[in-house]
Amino acid sequence: MAGDAHGNAPATASRSWFRPSLVEGDQDFASVTRRVAGVVERPKPPRAWYIAITISGTLTLVLFSLVAYLIATGVGVWGNNAPAFWGWDIVNFVFWVGIAHAGTLISAILFLLRQHWRTSINRAAEAMTLFAVCCAGLYPAIHVGRIWLAYWLFPVPNQMSMWPNFRSPLLWDVFAVSTYATVSALFWYMGLVPDLATLRDRAVTPLKRFLYGFFALGWRGSSRHWHRFERAYLILAALATPLVLSVHSVVSFDFAVSLVPGWHTTIFPPYFVAGAIFSGFAMVVTIMVPARQLFGLKELVTVRHLENMNKVILATGSLVGLAYLTEFFIAWYGGNAYERFAFLNRALGPYSWAYWLMVFCNVVAPQFFWFKRVRTGLLPMVAVAILVNVGMWLERFVIVVISLTRDYLPTSWGHFTPTLVDVFTFAGTFGLFFTLFLLFCRFLPMVAIAEVKTVLPAAHPHAPQGAAGKEHAHA
Amino acid sequence: MLEPANTAAAPRGKLHAIVAEFDDVTAVTEAAKRVRDAGYTQFDVYSPFPIHGIERAMGVRSTRLPWIVLACGLSGTAGALLLQWWTNAVDYPFKISGKPLFGIPAAIPITFELTVLFSAFAAFLGMFALNRLPRHHHPIFEHPRFKRATDDGFFLAIEAADTRFDANRTRELLQSLSSHPIVACDEPADDGATPRWVRAGLVSVAVVALIPFALALASRFQDSSKPPFHIVGDMDWQTRYRAQAANPHYADGRAMRPDVAGTVAFGELATDQVLATGKTGADWTTKIPLTVDAALLQRGRARYGIYCAPCHGIAGYGDGLVAARASELQEPTWVPPASLHDAVVRGRAAGQLFDTILNGVRTMPAYGRQIPRDDAWAIVAYVRALQRSQNATTEDVPPAARAAMGL
Repeated sequence: MAGDAHGNAPATASRSWFRPSLVEGDQDFASVTRRVAGVVERPKPPRAWYIAITISGTLTLVLFSLVAYLIATGVGVWGNNAPAFWGWDIVNFVFWVGIAHAGTLISAILFLLRQHWRTSINRAAEAMTLFAVCCAGLYPAIHVGRIWLAYWLFPVPNQMSMWPNFRSPLLWDVFAVSTYATVSALFWYMGLVPDLATLRDRAVTPLKRFLYGFFALGWRGSSRHWHRFERAYLILAALATPLVLSVHSVVSFDFAVSLVPGWHTTIFPPYFVAGAIFSGFAMVVTIMVPARQLFGLKELVTVRHLENMNKVILATGSLVGLAYLTEFFIAWYGGNAYERFAFLNRALGPYSWAYWLMVFCNVVAPQFFWFKRVRTGLLPMVAVAILVNVGMWLERFVIVVISLTRDYLPTSWGHFTPTLVDVFTFAGTFGLFFTLFLLFCRFLPMVAIAEVKTVLPAAHPHAPQGAAGKEHAHA
Repeated sequence: MLEPANTAAAPRGKLHAIVAEFDDVTAVTEAAKRVRDAGYTQFDVYSPFPIHGIERAMGVRSTRLPWIVLACGLSGTAGALLLQWWTNAVDYPFKISGKPLFGIPAAIPITFELTVLFSAFAAFLGMFALNRLPRHHHPIFEHPRFKRATDDGFFLAIEAADTRFDANRTRELLQSLSSHPIVACDEPADDGATPRWVRAGLVSVAVVALIPFALALASRFQDSSKPPFHIVGDMDWQTRYRAQAANPHYADGRAMRPDVAGTVAFGELATDQVLATGKTGADWTTKIPLTVDAALLQRGRARYGIYCAPCHGIAGYGDGLVAARASELQEPTWVPPASLHDAVVRGRAAGQLFDTILNGVRTMPAYGRQIPRDDAWAIVAYVRALQRSQNATTEDVPPAARAAMGL
């Protein structure tokens, strides 16, 4: 946890990094507990929560119905057809996997970089990661058509005496995404355990005490336990850092290892990772702003946190813009006629509207974050973040669909049109995502309670006496 | 006198620890140093968040968790490489464009992912295992104010198991460090262990749950002539009608449709009635309507060997292998095939033999679907040759050869 990261000298060094704006108001340990646990403990959530979960729950039901329809009927219910055998299924898969990158990035990379501002937002961002991976993982599973044979993707001994081809990027993808989902879940749950113990000790009904207590695993805050806990957290962060970079690299191999013009480029791994972080942070901003307003966490998730995330969006958005330019330059400089055509076709072909909308959303919109008023204003930042989400979806559409519909052989060119099932399945994944997130907000601590306490001034030995609470020490 | 933690009159176990409470980090860290300096080793500090530097204050040695993670991570690396090499290069070699069956570059993504996966499980499970968690029941929870340990309270507990533990001296030491009342926590009389019948139940459920997997594993080492079992039928069940099946949509109830009246199926137009049916008018033809030469007889001999000899025998005496085996098994429904050298058969017209081959007779099935028309005539020609060979007279031998044969 954060406490591990600030060097060895206890007194002076630990104060030197500390900036009071990490939490606002006159917070002490008990008030942090009250503030975060209070969200879970209040008898009824706000009215807006009920409205939101009704909408998202309905969309989730739509998703499940359409998935059942797809399995019963076949992938023909989607718009995928020759030559675009990958359509919205893969577009949406890459879109959701990209979103899933922010959580672990905030948890792991910012932790290793000793960015202590992450403590208030990492829990919610990690939860968002898990829920986005759920939405992403759904698509590859159902797009295989005969979903009951999806176990062929795993090295399971079977009656055919065959093994999967380990030299296929599609199989790497299976391993990368499932490893990422597993490690993210472990990371998230491990961080939750001490906070579940807090909820257990505050629970008033036997059922809550049993459930929180069961999942808190009997955590009792022993310093010997905290020592191993912090070490395990550091190790998981160190493991998750290369992992988060590898996942979208592997997803990009699905395209880059093929020979389709517009896909077969070496820039894909870094370009995909930058785009993933970009879209993930945009999604965190999109959902954290309403969540902090709704659940009274403004003092823990401060405008400074949001501003920092907006700076990351600005930086990664500019990186993505640079990648677009580089792609075009290499398409011209590389001298390959098909490659040149693929990129001209993006900008001037039948889907040019998607391309230019993407450029506006991903490259132009984040540039407004150069202005502090946009960076710190809640409405403007959400507006930009939503534009970025739209833009990143379009980017995947541009890459997948435009490249497939016009490749080497003009006689085989085609046009992709999504069906209503495509559209409502995608809307349904948003329903699933928001349903899971709303349930998380209602039943689990949205902010890492123990971790936020470590960034309070009173968390360090020799801190000003009495800063921690009402009673004074006796040492 | 110490304040007992358990105020109820329930029977209590022996003393577990003496616990002091503190309000801030500085006080508890100082107390931990004093307790450590007093020579105690079996004590613990409880806090709502990790206190920086408390390990040193308590004299806790660094955890060996990183080594466990390293070992598991390396086994993930080795396991991934072995898996990819053995499955794709040894057990089921994938030959793709002449590339090597196993190469490190293509193996890196999966090796990396499995290394991370194994390490992450080691860090997660190893941390909880070293902490002896999950343990939902612990004597420290008997402390009446211990719920603060997950909120804003700090506790220091010296356990009775410590060699230097002395109820009075330890209490005095803690009293000098904390102004809160010092509390003694006893081991509860009920140790909180899961009841035996619950454990037995869980074990039985686990054993029963393993049975399907054990059966699946066992079947991998057995030979079976049964077709593979698929939960989802896929192509095993198709929405079509099988031959001779009933179909209620047609007035005659048959799924197989006869030719539409007035039409001739492709390849079935018979322009020569004798050639197609073996009849001239209403009578069987006695003459084979093809040119009988050595080539036709050779063809007929070959077809006879394939289709007729299994029952009728190579020489035509009705003693083929199928007939011989059926007689040996004494099959009750078996009707022996006719000998082609019976006077009845020898007296039949060529056209009737031809018709018998195509359409069958009594228990002999029709061969019209397997034997083309001209081949059937070739077989008739060969049967005629067989019959003549087995029933020859002196007149059949050329006069020039009779002397040589002593006739």
